[in-house]
Amino acid sequence: MSDSIISISGLNKWFGEFHVLRDINLDVASQERIVICGPSGSGKSTLIRCINRLEEHQEGSIIVDGTELSHDIKDIDSIRREVGMVFQQFNLFPHLTVLENCTLAPIWVRKLPREEAETQAMGYLERVRIPDQANKYPGQLSGGQQQRVAIARSLCMHPKIMLFDEPTSALDPEMIKEVLEVMVDLAQSGMTMLVVTHEMGFASQVADRVIFMDDGQIVEENIPSEFFENPRSDRTKLFLGQILSH
Amino acid sequence: MRVQRIWTDERARGVILQLLLILALLLVLAFIVSNTVANLQRAGLASGYGFLGSTASFDINQRLIQYDSTSTYGRAFVVGGLNTILVACLGILAATIIGFVAGVMRLSRNFFISRIVGAYVEFTRNVPLLIQIIFWWVVILALPKVRDGISFGDTLFLNNRGVRLPAPIIEDGAGIILVALALGIAITWQIARRARKRQDETGQIFPVVRTGFALIIGLPLVTYFLAGSPIDFDIPVAGKFNLKGGFNITPELVALWVALSTYTGAFIAEVVRAGILSVGKGQTEASGALGLRPGLTMRKIILPQALRVIIPPLTSQYLNLTKNSSLAVAIGYQDIVSIGDTIMNQSGQALEVISIYMLFYLTISVLTSLFMNWYNARIALVER
Ligand SMILES: Nc1ncnc2c1ncn2[C@@H]1O[C@H](COP(=O)(O)OP(=O)(O)OP(=O)(O)O)[C@@H](O)[C@H]1O
Ligand SMILES: [Mg+2]
Repeated sequence: MSDSIISISGLNKWFGEFHVLRDINLDVASQERIVICGPSGSGKSTLIRCINRLEEHQEGSIIVDGTELSHDIKDIDSIRREVGMVFQQFNLFPHLTVLENCTLAPIWVRKLPREEAETQAMGYLERVRIPDQANKYPGQLSGGQQQRVAIARSLCMHPKIMLFDEPTSALDPEMIKEVLEVMVDLAQSGMTMLVVTHEMGFASQVADRVIFMDDGQIVEENIPSEFFENPRSDRTKLFLGQILSH
Repeated sequence: MRVQRIWTDERARGVILQLLLILALLLVLAFIVSNTVANLQRAGLASGYGFLGSTASFDINQRLIQYDSTSTYGRAFVVGGLNTILVACLGILAATIIGFVAGVMRLSRNFFISRIVGAYVEFTRNVPLLIQIIFWWVVILALPKVRDGISFGDTLFLNNRGVRLPAPIIEDGAGIILVALALGIAITWQIARRARKRQDETGQIFPVVRTGFALIIGLPLVTYFLAGSPIDFDIPVAGKFNLKGGFNITPELVALWVALSTYTGAFIAEVVRAGILSVGKGQTEASGALGLRPGLTMRKIILPQALRVIIPPLTSQYLNLTKNSSLAVAIGYQDIVSIGDTIMNQSGQALEVISIYMLFYLTISVLTSLFMNWYNARIALVER
């Protein structure tokens, strides 16, 4: 598959003795939107964290936009420049203002002039609908606002791929909505997205494919309608039963 | 009714309680003072600070200002105070460098490095400082005699009399070197400003630190040679039994300095380590995910946040170091306590001497705390 932007094959990872990822094969096409779900501890976070080298894998290969992840710092750098990530706990920099959070990496990594970095950051802050908070500190914002800043901060690096690790799990229901809206918006703009989430509404609305993981393996993958209507494996059925009964 | 309302009013209550506390303190103080004065008078001792004007008639070999045995007690105190400040400043400088380097190294992923630093920290923290001071003193005194001391390129000599360095002799025209130094600093400052502006405008990053170093050291050096070497160095020369010329640092100062800096450095290393660990892993990950290299992450993300946790305990370490320098008395380094002891014995003015100690350390401590609190407030986090 030469047109895939992420290509993972034969991926295996251990934490000490513990085999977290077992023989994962996954190809993601450019502009594809993938939702990953599965029970707690199944290895979802670990899988997407391998893609930008927040975790190191032991076997198999991960190729991102033509560059294979290796121990070469140059390769890691260039992949991290293409891949943005949004975390469950936001991880904004509390000592910097919202605007500074968004301009830090463009200035120091992409070497943009400050004014250009700021104009661009304001553009993305408008896109996530909080331009008026630009000069506040993260501690002064609500959770939903913080998560939207985190999304804007990633977008400022012009990534080709965005990884989301349970971006709404730490939020109250009304804030979940505002963050999901921003993500839907982003999906419709053609961003390649890998989203770990249990928001099944989001999955059926925007996902091209839903992947179900259990015990470090990809158990099932399908287009959303098929995945929700006709789950094939028993484990998927059990999981969907638990999620949807909430 | 009214009284009760005042008593249950939060603010009024706070004020009244504080007034009562101050009153109680004043009473205790008045009792102690009147009691002591009465005792002294009964013993026939004059109280007061008049003795500071009398002739000291003892020598001090470690001094930063002019002093001889005909100087007054007051001047002797100043010499001692300056000696304390000297070793405290040198100690704080070295301890801070040792502490930050060791603190960061202890978190290194390199097992060997982190273990070695760990051993240093545990060992140094757990042996009493007094013993370490005496240890370093004994080490220096056990160095070879002057005659067969260790020399580094025949300019720096190490022996049981301490360390001897070349002493600069200022000749006519040396001022131009100072001018060059000032120029170097000014240009560096300008470059730093320009570089920041240029980065803001074009995004290009300029190596300010390296250029600055080159300028500040290079410019005076070039000027020195161009001006025909207007500063001479009185280089120590090894004679038969003694070193001639140069400038000597006493074994006591070296021992005290090394002991204070390594001891306090170990505590600071722990403070720095705790500070860095207090910044969550998520910060490093978010920074890395944005493409920042580890060095930049440390400078821009981790340290600025860690400093807020580091500064308050760091302040206590600075205060501890300053106060601990009074252990100098054990090896005869002539700090304020050591000199004060001599004055106390000669004049019998124990209470006055002790009050001078207290006032001296209190002033230094308060000044240090004020400065550190100001710095801490400047970098405080804005929270909701
Ligand atoms: N650094 C680590 N060291 C050892 N084990 C780890 C580490 N990180 C994760 N694990 C283990 O790996 C397994 C998979 O973790 P992971 O975080 O990928 O799960 P997850 O599917 O994201 O779960 P959740 O839905 O709870 O976030 C878990 O059993 C976890 O305990
Ligand atoms: Mg997870």
